[in-house]
Amino acid sequence: MEFFGPTGEAFRLLLSGDAELWRIIFTSLACSLIALLVISPPAIALGFLIAKVTFPGRRALVVLAQALLSFPTVVVGLVLYMLLSRQGPLGFLRLLFTPEAIIIGYMVIAFPVLIVFTLSAVQGADPRVYETARSLGASRWRAALTTLFEVRFGVMAAVFNGFGRVVSEVGCSIMVGGNIAGLTRNIPTAIALETSKGEFAQGIALGFVLIAVAIGINVALAWLQGRGGLD
Amino acid sequence: MSTPLFSVDGLGKRFGERVLFDGAGLMLETGNGYVLTGPNGSGKTTLLRIAAGLEPADCGGLTFRAQPAPAPDYPEAWRREIVYVHQQPYLFHTSIEENLEYGLARRGMAPAERRARVREALAWAGLADRCAVPPHKLSGGEIQRAALARAKVINPTLLLLDEPTANLDGEARKQVLELVTALCIENHTVVVASHDPEIMRLAILNRLRLTGGAIKIDD
Repeated sequence: MEFFGPTGEAFRLLLSGDAELWRIIFTSLACSLIALLVISPPAIALGFLIAKVTFPGRRALVVLAQALLSFPTVVVGLVLYMLLSRQGPLGFLRLLFTPEAIIIGYMVIAFPVLIVFTLSAVQGADPRVYETARSLGASRWRAALTTLFEVRFGVMAAVFNGFGRVVSEVGCSIMVGGNIAGLTRNIPTAIALETSKGEFAQGIALGFVLIAVAIGINVALAWLQGRGGLD
Repeated sequence: MSTPLFSVDGLGKRFGERVLFDGAGLMLETGNGYVLTGPNGSGKTTLLRIAAGLEPADCGGLTFRAQPAPAPDYPEAWRREIVYVHQQPYLFHTSIEENLEYGLARRGMAPAERRARVREALAWAGLADRCAVPPHKLSGGEIQRAALARAKVINPTLLLLDEPTANLDGEARKQVLELVTALCIENHTVVVASHDPEIMRLAILNRLRLTGGAIKIDD
């Protein structure tokens, strides 16, 4: 297989503003960002509660969340497919093979990532943070927000990790999105499709975008940590 | 005899098999300063934490401004008036001004008034020229002074200081001692848990001794 020819073509596609390519990139980033925006607040809140509140079954919940981190995304897609298909309990919503179905799948995939990383960040927080906030007159809710603010880089890492996990996943996107051109085709499903057809240029171009996103996320996190005086 | 500002009655607290308090009692008068002494592990910090609502007692009760609260209850409103400062205080990772504004903001004070009060408190603590320094780059003495200023700026009814001079020496210790003395002179009701002989010798402080699970007035 020739390497340099398709790679050069990939750069040409990216720089020429190829509409189909940029539509795929937009679909991927939009679905990932929307999913993260919707699921982050409840997942972070749940992660905080599991870290701070003792209740029966807490340990089992932590183990379950950790187990879900390695849950195959294609299985998430399969379960969602069964729920959203016409004969499924949620078939009346007519969401199968739509961007909304992909967003729901991404939310399910990102949920345990956000919980486990937030839990770990909050458990690592100095207990004096919450106590100081309470002693200065903060309500429980406000003291919780203060604690999350103090471990903000850990919480940001949770969100960035969740984003990294969903933006690059292929199994769930194909199952519930259907890889429909111009509608649900995203970066990972397009790479899989183009490669199977022997069209490497677009696959390589999209691969570059995914790598750029991964590097961008890490650079952003490092920059934010530096601004926070952690360097 | 006037009604005490804060009292502890029949306090019980145990950690596993170890009984820390067994029916301990204490009365604090408005505007008085107290130094709480006792051997290591006698429960000085635990007593202050119970008084601040950071740890529940097993039995007994607290009374503040004639309002009783049987253990383990701790009225939320008391948190606005009783402030506890850790032995090693924690400063939030923001600016020093924002640290001092935190308690005032929780009390709904307007930003302009908050800033004026904070400037005043920073000058009181001798930190006016250290505002630009991030809290994690302050020295131990400066952190302790910033924490005292953060507590004082709220104007608490009862201030609980846990070993404020521990881990400090030389000039830093002297400065913190001066601030503790100033708080007492300004008629704040202050309880200082301490081993520091200089704090114990401060004539302005009434001496309380915690021993064998009971609190005694030490003359």
